[in-house]
Order: sequence, then C-alpha cells, then structure tokens
Amino acid sequence: MTPSPRLLVAVGAGGAVGAVARYAATQVAADGSGFPWTTFAINVSGSALLAGLLLLPLARRSPVWAAALGPGVLGGYTTFSATSEQARALLADGRPGLALAYVAGTLAACLLAVALVGRAAPPLPEEDEL
Amino acid sequence: MTALLVALGAAVGAPLRYALGQHLDGAWHHGTLTANTVASLVLGACVGWSVDGSALALVGTGFCGGLSTYSSLAVQVRDLGPRRGSAYALVTIALGLGACALGYLVARG
Repeated sequence: MTPSPRLLVAVGAGGAVGAVARYAATQVAADGSGFPWTTFAINVSGSALLAGLLLLPLARRSPVWAAALGPGVLGGYTTFSATSEQARALLADGRPGLALAYVAGTLAACLLAVALVGRAAPPLPEEDEL
Repeated sequence: MTALLVALGAAVGAPLRYALGQHLDGAWHHGTLTANTVASLVLGACVGWSVDGSALALVGTGFCGGLSTYSSLAVQVRDLGPRRGSAYALVTIALGLGACALGYLVARG
C-alpha cells in the first residue's frame, strides 16, 4: 500500500520537528564517551510517548495528526542508528560490557516504558506504528 | 543553521521510513527493519569518513536519525509477543550493529 502524499508530508514535517528536538537535547546534554544517557533518555521517553499516543484526542480523531505525531515527531525524535553507532564505538573502544549494558538497557527500558504506558492507552492501529 | 539541516535531513528520512513500513511491514516488520539497518549503515559510514559539521547534521543527525526509529521498534516488539518480539528485537539489534561496523570499515578503507 502506498501512503497518500498528505500522510507523507505530515510524517516529514513531524520528523523534522522530532529530529530537531533530539538535536537540541544532545546540545543541552552531550552524550560524551561513557554510557550515552541522553540518547538513552530520548529513546525511552519517545517509546513511552508513542505507546500513549492514542490517549491524545487529536491523534484519535485524525489519521493525519496521528501520522504526524507518531511516525513523524516520535519516529524522528527517537533514533536507532545513533544507538547502533554508539554501541559500535564502545565495542571498538574495548568496552564490550558497557556496549552490552547500553544495548540491552535501552531495549529493556523502552519495552518497560511501552508496557507501562500501554496499559493505560488504546493500542495503536497497525498502520500507525511506524 | 545546523538545526535547519537536521530538520531537512529528517524531512526526507522519516517519510522514507514511513513508506518502507507501509510497503513492507506485515507479520514481520521488514520495512522498519530495513530502515533501521540502512540508517545504521549510513551513519557508520559517516563516522568512518569522519564527516562532521553541516554534513553530519544533514545526513547523520537528520537523515539517519529520521530514517531510523526506536519508538516504533519498541511498540512493534511488544505487539509481536514474547517469542517473535524477542527474535525481531535481536535481529534488528544484530543487523544494526553489523551494518554500522560494515559502514565504518568500508569508509575507513
């Protein structure tokens, strides 16, 4: 299924907003060379917000807003590539324990956040989960 | 200026991920998996080439960050249930790390 141009534009605009928010957060608190706490916090908070997206009446009413906020803002805000690169850098740095703690810790914390928020929120429709 | 480049990159990456997901996500999230793997590959290459400044903001922070997602990954893992969800998470993380390392090594030459 090809998404409508309206949805693509909504996701693009939302993604730009989310990515700038992530960039701003890393400017305020840079990750440094140890455990990347800022990116960790971004991914956990973004996962929690996505799981709770449909608590927002605007997102329930409008598929365009749901796309702009879910795959758009929260997809752009969270990042998987930075997590991969940070873990790779920690491994290359000879810190496999820290890399493992970061990768496993991010996944566990994001899943916990999604499970906790998800208990209160309606499940996302399949097409809005990206 | 830098924030504008981040926004521009993400305005391309995020809809690309969305379209990939709409085309390829099904019982297994091939579209999201592809987006996360490709973004990791490109970011690894950026770091390998020592890309910095405006180019890193546009391609690394903006495009790769917009193309990849952790929030959807987490929600998809939950929805797949314990067995398939664990497999999906492990495959995504392994491919992401592998792609990053590959991009980095190829860029280093």
